[in-house]
Amino acid sequence: MSEVVYSIRDLVVEYQTRAGSMRAVDGVSLDIRRGEILGLVGESGCGKSTLGKAMMRMLSRNARIAKGELIFDGRDLVKASDEEMRQIRGGRIGMVFQDPMTSLNPTQRIIDHITETIQTHRPDATDEEARERAAFLVERLGIRKDRLDDYPHQLSGGMRQRVMIALALALDCDLVIADEPTTSLDVIVEAKFLDLLKELRDEFNLTIMMITHNIGVVAEVADRVAVMYAGEMVEVGDVYSVFEKPSHPYTEGLLKSVPNIAIDDEELYQMAGGPPNLMHPPTGCRFNPRCPYAMDICSREVPPRFEAHGDGGFAACWLRDPVRKEARDA
Amino acid sequence: MPEVNERPLVQAIGLTKHFPVRGGLLSSLLRREEQVARAVDGVSFDIRRGSVFGLVGESGSGKSTTARLVLRLIEPTAGQVIFDGVDMGTLKPAAMRSLRSRMQIVFQDPMASLNPRMTIGAAIEHPARIHMPDLTPKQRRERVIEMLEAVQLSPGRQYYDKYPHQISGGQRQRVVIARALVTNPDLIVADEPVAMADVSVRALLLELMMKLKEQFDLTYLFITHDLATAKYVCDDIAIMYLGKIVEQGPLRSVFREPSHPYTRALLDAVPVPDPKHRRNRPMPAGEIPSALNPPSGCRFHPRCPIAATEVCPLVDPELRPVEGRPEHLAACHLRTGAYQHLDPER
Repeated sequence: MSEVVYSIRDLVVEYQTRAGSMRAVDGVSLDIRRGEILGLVGESGCGKSTLGKAMMRMLSRNARIAKGELIFDGRDLVKASDEEMRQIRGGRIGMVFQDPMTSLNPTQRIIDHITETIQTHRPDATDEEARERAAFLVERLGIRKDRLDDYPHQLSGGMRQRVMIALALALDCDLVIADEPTTSLDVIVEAKFLDLLKELRDEFNLTIMMITHNIGVVAEVADRVAVMYAGEMVEVGDVYSVFEKPSHPYTEGLLKSVPNIAIDDEELYQMAGGPPNLMHPPTGCRFNPRCPYAMDICSREVPPRFEAHGDGGFAACWLRDPVRKEARDA
Repeated sequence: MPEVNERPLVQAIGLTKHFPVRGGLLSSLLRREEQVARAVDGVSFDIRRGSVFGLVGESGSGKSTTARLVLRLIEPTAGQVIFDGVDMGTLKPAAMRSLRSRMQIVFQDPMASLNPRMTIGAAIEHPARIHMPDLTPKQRRERVIEMLEAVQLSPGRQYYDKYPHQISGGQRQRVVIARALVTNPDLIVADEPVAMADVSVRALLLELMMKLKEQFDLTYLFITHDLATAKYVCDDIAIMYLGKIVEQGPLRSVFREPSHPYTRALLDAVPVPDPKHRRNRPMPAGEIPSALNPPSGCRFHPRCPIAATEVCPLVDPELRPVEGRPEHLAACHLRTGAYQHLDPER
C-alpha cells in the first residue's frame, strides 16, 4: 500500500450553537495516500467542509476538535501550536477554495503572491529564483507569463483557480485540500481545470483531497472516493468499484439521483426523505429512516465498518456484515 | 379554436439588449466613444404553449438578460416580445400590469427572493393582493393554502405562519414556486431554479415543477447552465454564446446530434457520473471573450476547432436548419451554411 500523507483518526468536531452543541463530524477516520486524488462527497451539511477545515485547523470560533488525531508528517496536528500550523498551512498543505477572490489579495499582483509565498517559506530563495519559479509554474498551468503582472480581478475565475494551484505547487506541498474548487466555474473551464489537476498529479506526484457535492466531478478526477452522510464516513473505496457497485444504500441513492447526460434515461431517481437534524441524529445507522433496505438492527446499533471494494475500502452498513450476509443467503 | 392554441405563447423576435458601459472620468474628458456591452444581440425563438423551453449557456452568454427581456423587466434596445399574440412593446402601463399576472419568475436563491420578516403565507398572498383585488381576505387565505398544498407543503395551514428561516432550502424554493402560481399565470420563467439544491432535493423539485405544469397548464422558460438538468425537463432548447443563439431545436435532436462546435464542446464538458466515461474531443481553447468587444464574424471562431479562415472571422453566420431536420437550427457556416464543403469533419 502506498505511503499515507495524512491520517484522520476518529475525529469529532463540535459546533457550539445557541440550541446546544452539535457534532458536525462524528468519529471520522480516513487516510490520504501520496499521489492520489481523493474525492470527498456528500450533500450540504454532511460535514465535508468542516472536515476539510479541521484538517487545516481553520475551524470557526464556535467549533472545536473534541476528539481524535490528525496525523501529518509524523505528528498530531491537533496538538500543534499556532506557529507550527502557520508554517504548515501554505507551506506543506495547500488550499484551494470555491471563491479564489477570497484567498487572493486584491491589491497585490499575481507575481507577488507567488514570490512572497516562496520567500516566506524558503527565506534563502533569491528574488530572481522566486520569479523564475513563478513564471515556470503559471506557464505550466496554461497562463501566459505576461499575466503575472496582473491583479487578481483582471483574471478570469478559471485563471484565479490556477493561480491557487500554482501557490500550492510553488512549495511542493505534500497535500492540496480543494473545497469545491470548480463550483463557481463554467463547464468548459471546469473540464479544463480537472484535466489539469490529473496532469499535475501525474507530473508532480501531487496529492489532492477534493471536497465536492458534484458526483460527476469525482467520477472524472478521483482515484478513490469517500462518502459522508450526517457527519459520518459511510463508504470509502476505489472510484471504479464504488460507482460500479456502491456498498452503502446512501451512496447507491446518491449516485442514482445524479443527472447523467451520457445515458438515455428520462426520469431522475428520488431518494426518500431528507438528511437528519444533527442536534438529534437517529439512533443506530443515521441513514436508517431513509433506507429502503433497513433491518431491525439498523435503528438499534451503529454499524461498524465492513470491508468493501478491497484495498482498505469499507462501508458502514449492516447489510455488509458477513455474518448477516450468510444468514440472508441461507 | 385549435388554430389559436397552436400560436406560440411567447415569440421573441430579434431581441437585443445593449448595456452602456460608462468609462471613467478620463474617457469622458477625452470624449471617447461610449462602449456598449452586447448582452443580447438579435435573439429569436418561439415558446410553444405547454412546453418547457430551455435557454442554456455559460455565465455572460446573455441567458438571464433574455429572460428579463421576455418578462419586460428591462426594455429591449431592439426587437419584440409577442405574448399570446400581444406585442408587449405597444402596451400602455395599465395593460402591461394586468398582463404581468400571467407571467412569473422563480430565481435561483429562494432566501434572496423571500423577505425574512414576512411569513410564508403573507409572501404568497402578496401578488394576489395586487393582481386579484376582487378576492375577500378569506378567499385569499384559502387560495394561499391551496397553493401551499399544490407545492406539497401540506397541510398548508401549518406552513402559513412560518418564516423562511424555519423551513429547509428545498421547501423555501417550493414557497417561491407557490407564490409564482398564485395569480394563475400562463408562463413561469425559472432562472436556475434548482442550481442551489442538493442532488436529492433537486430531483424532487424538478418532478414537482413538471407535475405543476400539467396541473396548472403552465409553460416554462427554463434558464440553466446545467445541460444534464435540462435533459430531464426541456422539450426544446436554445444554446446561447456571447449574446446569440448558436443552436436551437427539439432537445433530443440537439443533444443526440449537436451540430454547432460550441454545443458539442458544452455537451462534452459536462462531468459524467461514471469514472469509465472519457471525453471524445479536446476542449475549445481560451475562455469566453468580453461582450464589450466580441470577435468579428462568428463569435466562436477564435476558439473553434473547425473554423475556416475564408469565412468564419468575416461573416456572422445565420441560424439555418440542419440538413433533414427542419426544426433544428444551427448558426455555423460549415454545418448549415454555404460553406459546408470546408468542414474538416465532412
